[in-house]
Amino acid sequence: MERLKGLKCRECGRYYPSSPVHVCEFCFGPLEVDYDYEVIGQLISRKRIEAGPSSIWRYADLLPLNFAEGEAHIGQAVGFTPLIRARNLAEELGVRELYVKNDSVCHPTWSFKDRVVAVAINKAKEFGFDTVACASTGNLANSVAAHSAEARLKSYIFIPADLERGKVITTLVYGPTLVAVEGTYDEVNRLCAEVGDKYRWAFANINIRPYYAEGSKTYGYEIAEQLGWRAPAHVVVPCAGGSLITKIHKAFKELRMLGLIPEGKTSMYAAQAAGCGPIVTMIKKDSDVLEPVRPCTIAKSLAIGNPADGYYAYRVAKDTGGYGEHAQDEEIVEGMQLLARTEGIFTETAGGVTVAATKKLIESGRIPRDEPIVICITGNGLKTPDVFYDRLSVDVTIRPSLAVFDQALADLKSKAGA
Amino acid sequence: MSVLVRIPTPLRSLTKGQAEVQAAADSVGSLIEDLEKQYPGLKERLVDDGGEVRRFINFYVNEEDIRFLQGAKTALKTGDQVSIVPAIAGGR
Repeated sequence: MERLKGLKCRECGRYYPSSPVHVCEFCFGPLEVDYDYEVIGQLISRKRIEAGPSSIWRYADLLPLNFAEGEAHIGQAVGFTPLIRARNLAEELGVRELYVKNDSVCHPTWSFKDRVVAVAINKAKEFGFDTVACASTGNLANSVAAHSAEARLKSYIFIPADLERGKVITTLVYGPTLVAVEGTYDEVNRLCAEVGDKYRWAFANINIRPYYAEGSKTYGYEIAEQLGWRAPAHVVVPCAGGSLITKIHKAFKELRMLGLIPEGKTSMYAAQAAGCGPIVTMIKKDSDVLEPVRPCTIAKSLAIGNPADGYYAYRVAKDTGGYGEHAQDEEIVEGMQLLARTEGIFTETAGGVTVAATKKLIESGRIPRDEPIVICITGNGLKTPDVFYDRLSVDVTIRPSLAVFDQALADLKSKAGA
Repeated sequence: MSVLVRIPTPLRSLTKGQAEVQAAADSVGSLIEDLEKQYPGLKERLVDDGGEVRRFINFYVNEEDIRFLQGAKTALKTGDQVSIVPAIAGGR
């Protein structure tokens, strides 16, 4: 009996054999990996997972790859990042039980994108591609460049030309071919859809997308396992393309179906920047029609004005009794600082969006204060310190003299006290 | 008005394998009608029963998403390039 059955259209249910295709030929709906959960159910157990490696590969039974036992994977150390009980932030936000799922320290490129890319690159190898590619706002670029270096595959990476310098350098260092496109991410993405139609490359987020997207489920599996095999009542997720929120939801659903966690309900909340929040706008207006926007926000890693999974992200928030919230640029920066100052975690702007949105959702009563909440921190602040250059400065500069320091300290204290 | 239309892979079975075709139309709406005349069966793949462009298909006129223009009423002139692109792609 086979664990993987192929692909299935999420809209019209047509079946396709396992291959590098991502849209239904008939209705253009997204294709999804079709598993045989009966086969998986006979294999999987909490014990088997716990005995697995400290990486996403402990959940290999639920991932769309055909690994022989003991076979080396590309991206061996990806995932199994810390889930932290955030007591200080909880106190600040006035809630009882709050956790941070911290993918800002995901190996090897410090964002949750390593999860999806590890699956995509292994799948691309399985399909026999020699070149991988992606359209990216930075984190995906880093991860595809790093993993294709490890896999010894060629890579072409397309980014918006105005991307933060930090994310350009942290891509280039791995030696890909980096193509800067004069346009927004959505324009880069549209170009890549056409490039992907012409060149036989494995585009992580286009023709490999059904497999790639499944990697995000590991974020949800880890949350549940690290909470002691239970799902939280509320999860706040930053949304760009909208895939992550749907896959975390799917992860909990699968674990419940397989009897690995108790039955229950998890409400999913979408966090977006006010300057690019089409999914949250759908949720607030309760409309299933996505209206694309032209992004204008400091949260560049979330700046997708035409999110592919926007419709499904809206559905997940709505169907689970969740909601969504927008964050203004200043609130995003405050959110980054709040997380850093309370928990010692430096996240990128996307994380600031999540913290800011969580704060608003709690204050407005959308998320109750006495139930377990997990917030998803998906990227590292060191890649994009740019937003702080004009906002933070050294407190005092002195000569190397104790007397000068004594005076400076007294001055600082009186200033703080004033 | 003669415009160039780029056809995505899933629809090429209807355009005899051609990735690019010519069409005569003065708007995106009439373009869909002309494509249907030339390649019967194409229309039902592009628009739903209510006549709206399907949720998972995007049209671009000279690289601009028609939802930022006038939708199906977006005017076309000779030499314009239209891309039909599946919506499901991307993610940071």
